[in-house]
Amino acid sequence: MRAAVPGAALEAAATGEGGAARPLGRGALRFLSVATVLGLWELAGRGGVNPALPAFSETALAGLAMLADGSLPRAFLVTLEPLALGLLLSTVLGVGLGVAMGLSRTAEWLGVPVLVVLQAAPLAALVPLFTFAYGIGLVSKTLVVCVMALPVIVLNAYRAIRHTPRSLVEMGQVFLASRTGIVLRILLPAASPVIFAGLRLGVAAGFIGAVLAELLITPTGIGDLVTYHQSIADYPRMYAAIAAIVLASVLTIGLLERVEVRLFRPERAGR
Amino acid sequence: MSAAALRPVETPIRPPIVELRGIGKLYGTVRALAGIDLDFAEGKLTALLGPSGCGKTTLLKIVAGLVRPSEGEVRVAGRPVTGPGPERAFVFQDFALLPWATVLKNVAFGLEMRGVARAEREERARHWIAEVGLTGFEQSYPHQLSGGMRQRVGLARALAVDAPVLLMDEPFSAVDEQTRRKFQEDLLELVARQNKTFLFVTHSIEEAVYLADRIVLLSPRPGRLAGIVEPRIRRGGDPERIRRDPVYLDTVETIWRGLKGWVE
Amino acid sequence: MRSPGLTVPASGSLLIWLAAWELAGRAELTLLLPPISAILARLVEIAPTAAFLEALAITGEAFLLGNAIAILLGVPLGVLMGRSRIADELLAPWVDLFVSAPLSALVPVIMLLFGVGQTTIVLTVVLFALWIVVLDTRAGVRGIPPSLLEMAACYGCGPWRTFWRIHLPAALPEILTGIRMGVIRGVKGVVIGQLLVSVVGFGQLFEIYSSHFLMEHFWALLLTLFAFAVLVAEGLAWLERRVDYFAAARH
Repeated sequence: MRAAVPGAALEAAATGEGGAARPLGRGALRFLSVATVLGLWELAGRGGVNPALPAFSETALAGLAMLADGSLPRAFLVTLEPLALGLLLSTVLGVGLGVAMGLSRTAEWLGVPVLVVLQAAPLAALVPLFTFAYGIGLVSKTLVVCVMALPVIVLNAYRAIRHTPRSLVEMGQVFLASRTGIVLRILLPAASPVIFAGLRLGVAAGFIGAVLAELLITPTGIGDLVTYHQSIADYPRMYAAIAAIVLASVLTIGLLERVEVRLFRPERAGR
Repeated sequence: MSAAALRPVETPIRPPIVELRGIGKLYGTVRALAGIDLDFAEGKLTALLGPSGCGKTTLLKIVAGLVRPSEGEVRVAGRPVTGPGPERAFVFQDFALLPWATVLKNVAFGLEMRGVARAEREERARHWIAEVGLTGFEQSYPHQLSGGMRQRVGLARALAVDAPVLLMDEPFSAVDEQTRRKFQEDLLELVARQNKTFLFVTHSIEEAVYLADRIVLLSPRPGRLAGIVEPRIRRGGDPERIRRDPVYLDTVETIWRGLKGWVE
Repeated sequence: MRSPGLTVPASGSLLIWLAAWELAGRAELTLLLPPISAILARLVEIAPTAAFLEALAITGEAFLLGNAIAILLGVPLGVLMGRSRIADELLAPWVDLFVSAPLSALVPVIMLLFGVGQTTIVLTVVLFALWIVVLDTRAGVRGIPPSLLEMAACYGCGPWRTFWRIHLPAALPEILTGIRMGVIRGVKGVVIGQLLVSVVGFGQLFEIYSSHFLMEHFWALLLTLFAFAVLVAEGLAWLERRVDYFAAARH
């Protein structure tokens, strides 16, 4: 086989990726779309469609003002506490449980049905319950985040491990990888796209939980900004606070995607 | 089977490196294999040939230690098989490459699992990457390679661990016809240079007769030993010539007539 | 990749969990968790009452209306995005945004603009359910083998007929998945909407029960909601399995 393989270069070229579809055109359309919607928002706000609808520019300015006077960053930090804590706990517990269920038939039998029910159920309804048990502080808010995020993280991790192609596992066995080796070097990287998809959904659910906790249990952080400014009819600031948390959620999820590619699936960096 | 193709099996000079005694496999109530007694001589390429459902891949995986037989015993180099081992390497039909690892890392995988230090295993990997003709693609990812190139990576990985027994599960079935022919020629060359024992599963009669020193025929449902053929084909010299060798053509024809009955 | 949701396997482990719940409840491990038998008894008691039935009607109405709107809007949008690159580029940033944004943060805005009542709840349900319907429909349409469309063109199928006879059936598995996901999100939407608005339907009942510390009532209500969500999800999953073979012959 040492004989030169001129075909190899040809083969590589033949499977090369199709060229990116006019990146310039794509960016322009997205920009146009965003600009149009924001423009309509501006017009609607100015035109007085609804007294409670400020214009986009007003909202943006209010947002900047809140950044400047520190109220937005401070509120964020307060909201972040139960959110980060809850998400961290959910990730560690969730992925661990999911992997365990993927590896053990007993764990799978015990865990899957109850988790499928939990994932479909409107867990938000449990929020008032947590207020009873754990008061109105950090514990109950963290618990809300955990409860919202866990089921989807566990189920995704479990499914990812179960769906690893059989031949990859056999390949590991044949080349004498240890049990740990197979889990760490084959199952986890193979499962990482679906695990991370679960984490992204978990983060989204966690954010919903955190906001809900703040609107329902006791207003602190961003929830406080929203309710306070609503109560004094300072709508630009209220909207700005909401936009801020929405943006934060989107950015976190985007960041997760970057982290995943960096750490586990470098072959997707080019694609 | 005509007498021209079928000869009494020669007693090997060295003890067989792989021995199968009374191997049977049951999946629930379905019997995949029954009463297989076989010896595989060291340094030869043996093909396991038969239609779908004859259990040839199951048999190969039993030798590999990936599947436990329901009955019987496997011995490799005199020792009973209880699981995968360093003296057996495997080439998979669907390549089984790690999609997130470069060609270099994939080829070095077996060595890594055996605890070989990084510098040494990368050097050995590079050697075998060159042997299979993929120099220059060390940093490529599997998705950037064609099917034929991916299988070369799989082959390099199996060769890199330097196991005396190489097990190949329909390694060329997932690539196109032209690549397949090239692979067969290259494999013949490799077999001539290396002193390893090859166990090769295929459903193609031509491929088996082209490559193998010995062909084991399995009949389907349940898989049983149906016959052994040792084509007397002169190897060495132009690989192209083999496909026109009358012994080659006769052997293919004979085997086909025998197998035809099971295809319906 | 299809079928993102799992269906509940008919496994006995749920019974084990229920048994554990009963024991924990009897042992009075926490005030929060009454035994399941007590909850079921309470459910039987309150189910026929006027308050419950009225709340059920209000909640059910908002849920059904919201989901219907989400489907009627979402499927055509998804098909549009699937067929037209331009529409896809224009709409994608918003769909991607809303499918993962913390939608509960937007409910105060809806409350503000549309008042405290049924309209807000319906809009919340639409907000929660719409985006996943769009995304999954789009995925289904994009998964249609081009050869199917080419075949239709060959045999003289116009654009309208192609939509009904090829696009919809071919994408049906994904569309159903999207609807199922949308319905599940819709249930969450109706609950969150009512919790925040809290003067309507089940949200109001939750408020009443929690302020009077009526744990058994509370759980009875919760379980009703949970059971409803799971039933709807299962029903749709069953439907999905019936049309699964539409996708099986694709590759």
